[in-house]
Amino acid sequence: MKGSSRLVAFLGIIVIMAGVFAWTTPGLVNDIRLGLDLKGGFEVLYEASPMEGGEKVTPSSLKETRKSLEARIDKKGIAEPEITTEGSNRIRVKLAGVTDEDEVRDMLKKPVNLTFRSGANRDKIELNGTDFVQNGAAIQRDEFGNPIITIKLKDAKKFEEITKRLTGQELAIFLDDELLSAPKVNYTISGGTAQISGNYTTEEATKLKDTINLGALPLKLTEKYTQSVGAKLGQQSLHQTVEAGLIGSAIILVFLVILFRIPGVIAGITVVSYVWLLLLVFIMMNATLTLPGIAAFVLGVGMAVDANIIMYERIKEEIRSGKSLLSSLKAGSKNSLRTIMDANITNIIASVVLYVIGNGAIRGFALTMIFSILVSILTNIFFSRFLIHLLIRSNKFNKPSYYGVKEAEIRAL
Amino acid sequence: MHYNDKFHTNIRFDFIKHQKKFFGASLALVVLGIVSLLVFGLNYGVDFKAGTNMDIEIGKAVTQEQAKELLGTLGYKDLAPTVGGASNQRLSVRFDEVLEQPKVTEILNALKKQYGDQVSAEVNVVSPDMARELGVKTIYAVIIASVAIMIYVAIRFEWRFALAANIAILYDAFVVVALFSIFRLEVDLPFIAAVLTTIGYSINDKIVIFDRIRENLRFSKTKNKEQLAEMVNASLWQTMARNVYTVLTVLIVAISLYLFGSESIKLFALAKIIGLTSGAYSSVCIASPLWLMLRGKQKPKQTAKTSAAS
Repeated sequence: MKGSSRLVAFLGIIVIMAGVFAWTTPGLVNDIRLGLDLKGGFEVLYEASPMEGGEKVTPSSLKETRKSLEARIDKKGIAEPEITTEGSNRIRVKLAGVTDEDEVRDMLKKPVNLTFRSGANRDKIELNGTDFVQNGAAIQRDEFGNPIITIKLKDAKKFEEITKRLTGQELAIFLDDELLSAPKVNYTISGGTAQISGNYTTEEATKLKDTINLGALPLKLTEKYTQSVGAKLGQQSLHQTVEAGLIGSAIILVFLVILFRIPGVIAGITVVSYVWLLLLVFIMMNATLTLPGIAAFVLGVGMAVDANIIMYERIKEEIRSGKSLLSSLKAGSKNSLRTIMDANITNIIASVVLYVIGNGAIRGFALTMIFSILVSILTNIFFSRFLIHLLIRSNKFNKPSYYGVKEAEIRAL
Repeated sequence: MHYNDKFHTNIRFDFIKHQKKFFGASLALVVLGIVSLLVFGLNYGVDFKAGTNMDIEIGKAVTQEQAKELLGTLGYKDLAPTVGGASNQRLSVRFDEVLEQPKVTEILNALKKQYGDQVSAEVNVVSPDMARELGVKTIYAVIIASVAIMIYVAIRFEWRFALAANIAILYDAFVVVALFSIFRLEVDLPFIAAVLTTIGYSINDKIVIFDRIRENLRFSKTKNKEQLAEMVNASLWQTMARNVYTVLTVLIVAISLYLFGSESIKLFALAKIIGLTSGAYSSVCIASPLWLMLRGKQKPKQTAKTSAAS
C-alpha cells in the first residue's frame, strides 16, 4: 500500500466510524437498562423463615414463595419485576415505576395468615394456609353460571375428618382477623378437593380464590435490606452524573491532543470508540447500568487512555533516542504492552473481588469496571496501534513535533 | 537539578536524597490515622451500621434548623441532618433505628406538605444482621484483593519489588481510610469500591517505575549505593511524565464526578481522588526509595550477577 492510500484508509475508517456512532448511539442509549437508583423504584431483600417453626426452608418452598410473590406483583400490573432467590433463604425483589410503594410492600411482606375456623365464636382453627395445595384454588361455574371456588387440600384424610365432624356447621374463612366468608359444610368431603359455593359475584369469588392461594404461601418474609429511590431523584442522579462524565471526558480529550498532538487525536478517537463499544457490550449482555456503574464507566474513560499515554510516552522516548518513527512505534508498542497488561490485570483482580462481595449497585460498578477494562484493551491498545500505524506509514506526518517531541531533544543514535 | 548522561535524563529533584522527609511525613499520617481510628473509629453509613438513611432532594433551599424542627415534630430528636447540594436543596438524615415503611412515608409526607410534591428521596434500610454480614464480607474482600494483587506482583517481580510495591499500595488504601476517619466522612459500600479500586489502580505506576528500574539495572554492572540511587532517580524521572499524565486523566474524571456528579456519588469520588493522589505520591516517594533500602541491605558482591529480569 502506498502512503497516500494509507491516509485514505485512515480517513475512511474515521468517517465510517463517526457515521456509525452518530447513527446508532441514540438508539443504544435508549436501549440501556437502567438500575433502580437511576429510574426510581425499590429493592427489598427478604429473608424467609418457616411460618410455624420446625420446618426448614427448602429450595422448593423458596422457589414457590418467589413464584407467589411474582403472582402478586403481576396482579398489581407492575412491569418488569425482577425477583430472584439468593442463597438458601433469601429473595430479592426489584420493582421500578411503582406509584404506591407502601401498598405494594405491605402486600408483599404481609404474613398472610389464612385460617378456616369453626366454633360458635369462630375461634377454633381447623385449617391454615399450609394445609392447601399451592395455587390449588380455582374458579369454576356451576350449572347456573354462578362462580364457585374449588380448593385442593394436601391432606385428604384430615379434611374428611373435619368435614365429617362439622357437617351442618360453618367453616369460616379468615384472612388474618378479617372474616372473608362463612360457607356451610353440607356433607363429608373425601378426596381432598372441595367446592365453596355461595352467592358470590365473580369479583368476590376471584378475590377469595386469590386469597386462598396467597394463604398457601408457606414462608414468612422479613425485610432485611431495602432501598427505595424516588423517580425524580433517580433521573437527577442520572443526568448529573452523565453530565459530569461528559465534562471529564471532554477535558481529557483536549488534554490528550495538547500533550500528544497526532497520537492524541488518535487517543481521542479510540476513547470515543471505547464508549460506543462499552454501550454495545452493555446492551448485548443485557446488563443493568447503576449509578456506581456510571461512575465506573467514567473512571474507565480515564483509565482507558492510560494505555495510550504509556505507549505514546514510550514512543516519544524512542524517537528522542534517535530511532526512526516506524521503529520507535514498533519498539514503543512492544515495550509498553506488558506494563499496560499488568495494570489491567491488577484492576480486574480488584473488580472481580468486588463483584463477588457486592450487592446490587456495587455489582453494577464491578461489572462495568471489568467490561470497561476488556473493551479498553481492544480499543485503546489494539485499535489505537492500528490507527497510528496507518498514519505513520502514510509518510504524511513525519515531523517529530507531530508527536510532541522537539527536534533539539533527539539524540544521535 | 542535573543532567545524567548515562541515562540521558534530566534529574530535576533528588527523591532519594529526601526520602527521610517523605517517610517521616507518611509515617506521621499513618500514626495520625491509627490514632483517629482508635479514638473516633469510622463514621459508618447504614450499609455497615444498621439503621435507616434518607437522602432527600427537597427542590428548595432548606436549612439544618428547619429540617431538625420538622423531624422533631414527628418525634425524632437528637438527629443531625446534613444539608448539601449546590443550592442547599439536598437533605441527608440518618436514623440509628430500622424504620418501618409507614414511618418513612410519614416523614416524606411531612416534607412534601412543607416543601411541595417535588420532594424525592432515596431511602436505605439495613437490618443489623445484614450490616454485620456485609462488614465481614468487606473485610474478606479487602484481604483477598490485596493478597491476590500481592501474589501477582510477586510473580511479576523479585521479592524486593513486590514487598516495596505492596507496602506502598497498602499505605494508599490506609490513607483513604485514615482521612475518612479524621474528617468523619461516611463509610458506605461505594467507599469500599473506591478503596478496592485504589488498591488495583495504585499498583500501576509502581509497575511502570519498577519495570524501568529493572531495565536500567541491566545497564549498570557496578552497583554501589550512590550509583543505585542515581539510577533510581533517573528511572523515576524517565517515567515521571507518563505517571503524572495517567494519574491526571483519572483524576480529571474523578474530580468531574465530585464537582458535577450526583450527591450520592460524591463521597465515592472523593475517596477516589484521595486514593489516586496518594498512589501517585507513594509510587515515587515511598515505593522506589523503599526498594532501594531493601536492595541496599544486601551485602555488596563484587561478582554481582546481572539482573535475572527477562
